[in-house]
Amino acid sequence: MKASAGGYARAVDVPHALELMAGSEGAGRFLAGGQSLIAAMNMRLSEGDMLIDISKIPGLSGVAEDGERLRIGALTRHAEIGRDPLLRQHAPLLSDAVRFIAHAAIRNRGTIGGALAHADPAAEFPACILALGATLHAHGPDGDRDIPAEAFFEDVFTTALAEDEILTAISVPKAEPGERHVIEEMARRSGDYALTGLCLVRRSAGHRLSVFSAGPVPILAKGAMTALDAGDADAAVEALRAEIEPSSDTQATASYRRHLAGVLLRRAIARIEGETA
Amino acid sequence: MTIAFGNPDRPNSYIGKTVPRPNAPKLVQGRGRYVDDITLPRMVHVAFVRSPFAHARIKEIDSGEAQAVKGVLRIFTGADIAKVCTPWVGVLAHLKGLKSPPQHALAVDRATWVGEPVVAVVASTRAAAENAVALIDVDYEPLPAVTDTMTALDADTPLIHPDLGDNLAFQRLHEEGDVEAAMASAHKVVSAQFRTARHTGVTLEPRSILVDWNPAEGQMTAYHATQAPHMIQTVLATHLDLPESRVRVICGDVGGSYGIKVHVYPDEVATAAIARIMGRPVKFIADRLESFSTDIHARDHEIEAKIALDAEGKILAIDVDDWTGIGPYSVYPRTSAIEGNQVVNLCGGPYEFANYRAKTTVVFQNKAPTCQYRAVGHPIAVAITEGLVDMAAAAIGMDPVEIRRRNMYADDCYPVTSPAKMRFEGLSHHASMTKLMEMMDYDALRADQAEARKQGKSRGIGIASFIELTNPSPFMYGIGGARISAQDGCTVRMDPDGSIVALSGVTEQGQGTEAMLSQVVAEGVGVSPSTVRVITGDTQVTPYGGGTWASRGAGIGGEAALQAARALRQSILEVAASMLQADPGALDIRDGQVVDSDSGAPRLPLEELGRIVYFRGDTLPKDLPRELVQTRHFITMDYPFAFTNGVQASYLEVDTETGVVTLLKHWCVEDCGRVINPQLVDEQIRGGIVQGLGGALYEEIHYDSDGQLLNGSMADYLVPMAAEMPDMIIGHVETPTAESELGAKGAGEAGTAGAPAAVMNAINDALRPLGGQITEMPFTPERILRALGTIED
Ligand SMILES: Cc1cc2nc3c(=O)[nH]c(=O)nc-3n(C[C@H](O)[C@H](O)[C@H](O)COP(=O)(O)OP(=O)(O)OC[C@H]3O[C@@H](n4cnc5c(N)ncnc54)[C@H](O)[C@@H]3O)c2cc1C
Repeated sequence: MKASAGGYARAVDVPHALELMAGSEGAGRFLAGGQSLIAAMNMRLSEGDMLIDISKIPGLSGVAEDGERLRIGALTRHAEIGRDPLLRQHAPLLSDAVRFIAHAAIRNRGTIGGALAHADPAAEFPACILALGATLHAHGPDGDRDIPAEAFFEDVFTTALAEDEILTAISVPKAEPGERHVIEEMARRSGDYALTGLCLVRRSAGHRLSVFSAGPVPILAKGAMTALDAGDADAAVEALRAEIEPSSDTQATASYRRHLAGVLLRRAIARIEGETA
Repeated sequence: MTIAFGNPDRPNSYIGKTVPRPNAPKLVQGRGRYVDDITLPRMVHVAFVRSPFAHARIKEIDSGEAQAVKGVLRIFTGADIAKVCTPWVGVLAHLKGLKSPPQHALAVDRATWVGEPVVAVVASTRAAAENAVALIDVDYEPLPAVTDTMTALDADTPLIHPDLGDNLAFQRLHEEGDVEAAMASAHKVVSAQFRTARHTGVTLEPRSILVDWNPAEGQMTAYHATQAPHMIQTVLATHLDLPESRVRVICGDVGGSYGIKVHVYPDEVATAAIARIMGRPVKFIADRLESFSTDIHARDHEIEAKIALDAEGKILAIDVDDWTGIGPYSVYPRTSAIEGNQVVNLCGGPYEFANYRAKTTVVFQNKAPTCQYRAVGHPIAVAITEGLVDMAAAAIGMDPVEIRRRNMYADDCYPVTSPAKMRFEGLSHHASMTKLMEMMDYDALRADQAEARKQGKSRGIGIASFIELTNPSPFMYGIGGARISAQDGCTVRMDPDGSIVALSGVTEQGQGTEAMLSQVVAEGVGVSPSTVRVITGDTQVTPYGGGTWASRGAGIGGEAALQAARALRQSILEVAASMLQADPGALDIRDGQVVDSDSGAPRLPLEELGRIVYFRGDTLPKDLPRELVQTRHFITMDYPFAFTNGVQASYLEVDTETGVVTLLKHWCVEDCGRVINPQLVDEQIRGGIVQGLGGALYEEIHYDSDGQLLNGSMADYLVPMAAEMPDMIIGHVETPTAESELGAKGAGEAGTAGAPAAVMNAINDALRPLGGQITEMPFTPERILRALGTIED
């Protein structure tokens, strides 16, 4: 199929992007790495889009220290996330997640902001920022707005961002000494979206466990987190299997995914314990 | 004079050596020319409205809005196309009882699968045509869809084609000996059910055709990504009512075929019909969704099978009940009954046993039509046979290699006829098994497996012996009435500069046919392969031939090339003898020079001979024949097919918690007769294995019970990818066929034939201590866990 775009314009800065959006009569779509949007257009799942290319806007890319937090520009590419030394040191969950995302060509173009705004329930970054307790920074006609990760993912491909808001950055807390991060997932082939995956963060305040490809949005598995805090792995596995709502598709049934989530949790726990030991 | 193949130091010894592929730089540098690279003046594009229903009556078609779309030139319905294009029927006389209704280029009255073309839109660009496609309003009345194979013949299942009386396309029962008696008296009988998943070929280049009709010349030219240009020439001429001589099919570079591109597709014929009507070039390039919903599918089989053994592990009987659903039509002109027929022909293939019963039941369904895809029927037959043999070995506590050794045809028993009535000229099952054992170090691997098991790792070794049908004679299609050529020809000529041009009826699909031809011709004439230019894929230029299918390119096309090249060599030597006042028998051609055959001393470069013949022919004797061009054709006669054989092994690990299979290593020993180019053969085997591994672990087309296609993209239909592929070690045993001087049999399908069975047996070897067994492909993580009883709901 051939894409049917409504038009294309390149934004020079954020205000310009918002201006183009305001003038697009509802047809505007921000274009970042294009690794989800262009694919959808090429299958005519989305037609008539007026593309507003934000990929060349200066200042929206890269990772910087911001006190006790790291600020990640929305246009930072997956590949850059993977090799960034600050992230490797302070938020290794994100660094480790990259190898699970697609293939090199896609990681060279796809952006973390795009992955979060796209909100594929099987994507890694949304679950990572949920487990880390990140904050998303958006800019819209009414100015800046901060959205906690817990409140960002609303439904399949649906977030708290308004149509005319740009996600500009994500900030994550720096890992405290002794904090542990683990991502586990299983996909049919390397680079495929996960059949199910999870992110486990162990902090002094307690465990944070997020699960992806196990429901319409990535979730924090709170029951399992409580059990993990109590040191009861069996109960955590049981709680996890009860609190996710995976669906069935041509790759696997919900039952399989539920089983898999438990296996992955046990492996994550074993890895964290192995790392500590 | 015969070629001393045994002597690698003989002059011009290109046959048997890895020589560079002449077309590789072109393809690697992006300088290939595929159909989509061709743009002709006044060219237009066609896109199709395709049925969204598996089965529906087509009532009204409203294209008013679509007509108004910018760039749209014309819109055609099934009735419009039917005025210039007759329907076809995919049957062959020798497949007794095979029936199929007439099939139109565009559906008329009724659509019978999701994706069947219903309306064609012609526009100045493909995008404009698609814009219009979206606006065409077809009023469908949905009809009940038949999607389950096993209930297709039940009395309460609706009929897809009421005129045919039932949903049965074809049935064949073959019986040899007394299966019932053998089963009754056997030491052990093992039975199992198998399932191979519907899958498809996924060519890198999608189906592509560009057709130009020149009314002034009365000539149609089709640029077509096809395996069989001459067959397509006949088809277009027949159904568009043109003289065959007025249809020219040109097949340039092709980005993979695997059997997908050897069939007649309604949208492609519609494209030709539209070109004829509009009098301008029309291009159709399938997109990926069209590929998944309309390229032929294959392998959708459900089987119940039994094997009977005596106490020594000798096979007494094999009994196979095979069912397959082929879609709503038998595909033209090769038919969709061949795959089931092959299962009957090939089960039990490597083994000497007396009692055999096999039945195939081929039914219609409202899904995409199925037809021949790489290794047609082989992966199914090999999975059944080798699955049963392994289960039988386990049941009597015998090593899987040992049970095969006890049953395989002895290497010195040939010629021999199998219980399926297949005639084998010469195979090497035992030598191949011996070589495999050495290559994989079977005993060490078993020790490694035992060691891994102690550490809680479930590893398995799977063996699969197989036979492969290659070099088909007219027994495959011709005797059934199809104009599909089993013979092939080659013209070899020398030009004034001493270079050689070879024109061949076999085609290049990316597999290296032209490399193979260049080295055969180089050796045959006595020149370097780099001075041979090979031309294939043009019905107006090359000798008449069958093209690429059933692993025939090297065995048949290669032999024709060898004979033509050697005839040219003789012609050259006669001219040279006259020029040099020598006896032609005392001369030879080596590396582009006429030489004294005894001393090897150079006498005359070919370019000098060319100069004389073409520009100073007056200096040669008047009656000297000087045609520096020779054509030879070759057909196999002694055997209906040249069977090859081989054996594969898989070593893998099953993660019993997740069900994930990790392939650790794969081996294949294969006997394709004379190996012309070792690297090409090895890579054919590897590529074939990868396709077999795809069928074993990943590939499955899913339809729901209404006949909706559920996975029509590369994101959802999983092809095997490099990261998951194991190292593959390839070895050869060479038993040349005596039918030709070249002695080559086919090698293109062996990898695909044996790999799924090897993997299945390896998984079951790993699962056996845990009490699990799987026989339904692909072996997904979930199916493995279900086999282990880990997941039950
Ligand atoms: C073959 C393939 C495999 C893949 N596998 C994986 C995988 O395993 N895991 C995974 O996580 N992803 C995978 N992806 C998706 C990939 O990670 C994408 O890059 C990502 O989902 C989108 O990022 P992008 O920058 O390309 O966004 P785009 O495609 O440009 O945009 C996606 C959506 O987000 C919106 N958007 C983008 N940036 C912003 C912004 N700053 N503010 C507001 N809205 C914005 C766009 O308007 C659009 O709606 C895969 C993609 C492909 C093609």
